Amino acid sequence: MTLQGWILIIAFTGILLALTKPIGLWLFALYEGRRTPLHAVLGPVEAGFYKLAGIDPAAEQGWRRYAVHMLIFNFVLMLFTYGILRLQGVLPGNPQGLAGLGEHLSFNTAISFTTNTNWQSYGGESTMSNLSQMLGLAIHNFLSAATGIALAFALFRGFARRSAATIGNFWADATRITLYLLLPLCILLTIVYIANGVPQTLAGTVDVSTLEGARQTLAIGPVASQEAIKLLGTNGGGFFNVNSAHPFENPNAITNLVQMLSIFVIGFGLTWTFGKAVGNTRQGWAILSAMLILFLAGVTITYWQEAAGNPILHQLGVAGGNMEGKEVRFGIAASSLFSVITTAASCGAVNAMHDSFTAIGGMVPLINMQLGEVVVGGVGAGIYGFLLFAILAVFVAGLMVGRTPEYVGKKIEAKEVKLAVLAIATLPLLILGLTALASVTDAGLAGPLNKGPHGFSEMLYAFTSATANNGSAFAGLTANTPFYNGLLGTAMWLGRFFIIVPMLAIAGSLAAKTYTPESAGSFPTTGGLWVGLLVGIILILGGLTFLPSLALGPVADHLAMIHGQTF
Amino acid sequence: MGNDIISSLRPAIVMTILFAILLGIGYPLAMTGIGQALFPSQANGSLVRDSGGKVIGSAVVGQAFTSDRYFQTRPSAAGDGYDGLASSGSNLGPTARVLADRVSADAAKRRAEGVVGALPADLVTASGSGLDPDLSPEAALVQVPRIASARGLTESRVRALVAEQTAHPLLGFIGEKRVNLLAINRELDRLGTSPDR
Repeated sequence: MTLQGWILIIAFTGILLALTKPIGLWLFALYEGRRTPLHAVLGPVEAGFYKLAGIDPAAEQGWRRYAVHMLIFNFVLMLFTYGILRLQGVLPGNPQGLAGLGEHLSFNTAISFTTNTNWQSYGGESTMSNLSQMLGLAIHNFLSAATGIALAFALFRGFARRSAATIGNFWADATRITLYLLLPLCILLTIVYIANGVPQTLAGTVDVSTLEGARQTLAIGPVASQEAIKLLGTNGGGFFNVNSAHPFENPNAITNLVQMLSIFVIGFGLTWTFGKAVGNTRQGWAILSAMLILFLAGVTITYWQEAAGNPILHQLGVAGGNMEGKEVRFGIAASSLFSVITTAASCGAVNAMHDSFTAIGGMVPLINMQLGEVVVGGVGAGIYGFLLFAILAVFVAGLMVGRTPEYVGKKIEAKEVKLAVLAIATLPLLILGLTALASVTDAGLAGPLNKGPHGFSEMLYAFTSATANNGSAFAGLTANTPFYNGLLGTAMWLGRFFIIVPMLAIAGSLAAKTYTPESAGSFPTTGGLWVGLLVGIILILGGLTFLPSLALGPVADHLAMIHGQTF
Repeated sequence: MGNDIISSLRPAIVMTILFAILLGIGYPLAMTGIGQALFPSQANGSLVRDSGGKVIGSAVVGQAFTSDRYFQTRPSAAGDGYDGLASSGSNLGPTARVLADRVSADAAKRRAEGVVGALPADLVTASGSGLDPDLSPEAALVQVPRIASARGLTESRVRALVAEQTAHPLLGFIGEKRVNLLAINRELDRLGTSPDR
C-alpha cells in the first residue's frame, strides 16, 4: 500500500461527501415532484410522454398498483430487448454484420439488463451490434436505474406519510428521474468521456497496421454514451468484453475517477434525501456512516491483499503486488478501490479482472454482494435494501429493551418484520441453493476455468452476482450455456423482484400508519450506538449465512496460496 | 389486481416505445453528433497516423510489440495477443498452475536477456483487457540493455527516453507512472535514424 493510494481513497470519499447534499437536494425535488430549472427545457417532453401514454402523473397509487405497473413496464421492456437481440441480424445499425443471438443468451441478457444486473454471458465486441447496444441495452440502463430510484421514493413515502393509502405514482417517478436526473448528467458525462478518448461513432471497426507491421482490427462504436449511464445507473454492462478495463471504455485515470464517482454519487445522495423526506437529515447521515464503515473496511482489506501480492509469483522472482488482470494506468490502488465500489453498489462494471485477484482480495467483492449490496448499493436498490436491514435492527433493539420498535416515527410491527425477513432471505436461498446445484451437476461443473477451490469460487461468485443484481463476474466461468444462462437469468429476476414486492408491501403498510412521536423510551436512530447496531446486524444477518461457502472457496484458496499450492 | 394490470398496459407499451426513441436512438445519436463535432480525433478512437497518413494504431489502445528492438508489451489474453476484437484477461486465479507456469516461462525469458533482480510485476502478468497500452517505468527500464544493444544506442540514451516518456500522476495521486508503448517505440524509431542526437 502506498501513501498515493490512500490519498486517492480519501479524496474519492471526500468528493462524494461534498456531493451528497447537493445531489440529495436535487433528488428531493424530484421526490416531491417539484419544478426544477430543467423543466423549462424538458417539461414539454415529460408532458408529451404522459399525454401519449394516457398517464395522469397526479393520480396517486396504492402499493399494489404501484408494484403491478412497475412489474408490467419492466416485463414489456424485457420483451422489447429480447426481440431486438433475436432479430439483430436483420435489423440496421449493424456495421459488424453480427448474427442474431440465440434463445437462451437473449433470455439471459434481456433479464440481465431489465433487472439492472448487466451480467454478460457474452463478449460485447463480438456479439452486440451498435443498434443492440443503443436501443436494446442502453435503454434499460436508464430505466432500470429509474425504476430503482422510483422504488426508493415509494419506500421513503411509506415512512414519511401518515395514515395514507398511496405511495406515489410510478410513471411520474420513473419519468422525472430519467428526464431531470439521469439524462442531463449522462450528457455531461458523455462529453467528459469523449474528450478523454472514449470513442463515440457509428462505425464498427477500425483497421490498423501496427508499428511492427502486423494487422490489428479495433472494435469501436458509440461507446461514450453507453459508458455514462452504465456507471451512473449502477448497471455495469460494458460495451466490450472486459468492461472498464478496456482502454476505449476507460482510457485514463481521470475517466477512472469519474467512473468511480458516478457509481456512488446517486446512492450517497439518496441517503440524504431519505433523511430530508422523514424530516431529519441526521437519519440519512447515520445510514451513510454505517455504509461508509463497511465500505472503507472492504477497501482496506482488498487493497492490502492486492498490494501484498501473490506469494506463488514472488517465489518465481516477481516483485510487488498482484498485477495479473490489472491495467498499468490504474495500478493496484485504483483497481482495488474500483472493485469494492462496483460490488458495494450493484454496478458490476470492472476495471480489473476480479477472477485474478488474490483469494481474500477477491472475497471482499463477493461479501459485498452477499450482504445484499446495501453498502451504498445500487441506485435506489441500495437504500431500500438498507432500510430492510434498518427495520430488522430496530426490531432487535426493541427485543432488547422490551418495547415495540419504532423507526423515524413509524411503529415497526410483526407484519413489517416478516416482510423484511422474507425479502432478505431471498439472497441466501437462491445463492446457496443454485451454487449447490451447480456443484453437483455436470453442466454446472463444466463452467469453471480454474481448478481447486478457485473453481468453486467462480460458481459461487456467478450466482451471488446474478441474485444480487450486480453483474460482475469471476469471468473465467464459461456462462454462455443453457444451464448457466437459464439459472442465472432466473436468479436475476427473482433476486430483483422477490425483494421489491415485499419491500413495496412494507411501504404500503407503513404509509397507512399514524405518526409515533419520539419519546424518552424510543431507541435513538441517529447516534453512534445505532450505527454500530446497523453494522452488526448487516454483518451477522447478511454475512454469517455465507461463511461456510466462503470457507470452501476463497478461504481455502487463500490457505493454498500462502502455502504455495497450485491446482 | 386484474384492474391494475389492465390499466398498466397502455402506459407500459407506449412508454417503452417513447423511451426507446428518446434514450435508445435520440440520446446516442445526439451524443455522436456532439462528439464528432467537438472532439473528432477522440470520438473516432484517437488514431495515430504515420507521416504517410497510414493508421498505425490508437494512442489509447495497446498493440503487440515482440521485437528485441522495441519495448515489449505485457502478456495478453486477448485472442492470440492484443486482438482488438477479443478483449480479455487471463482470468487465472492466484493458485492456478497455468498462471505459475506462464509467469515462470516469461521470467526465464527475461533472465536469458540478462535481467537480474526482482522482475517488475506488470512485465510478466497479463493485463485486464489484454490491450494495455502502457508499461510501468520499471518494466521499461529492465528492457533498456536489450534495446540499446539491438539498436546500437547507448543505454543512457534509451534510459533518458524512458524518463522523457514517463507520464506522471495528475496532482500526484490520480493515476500511476506509466510509459505509453506506441509513443515510446515511435520515438525509438526516430532515434534510430539519427543515433547521434
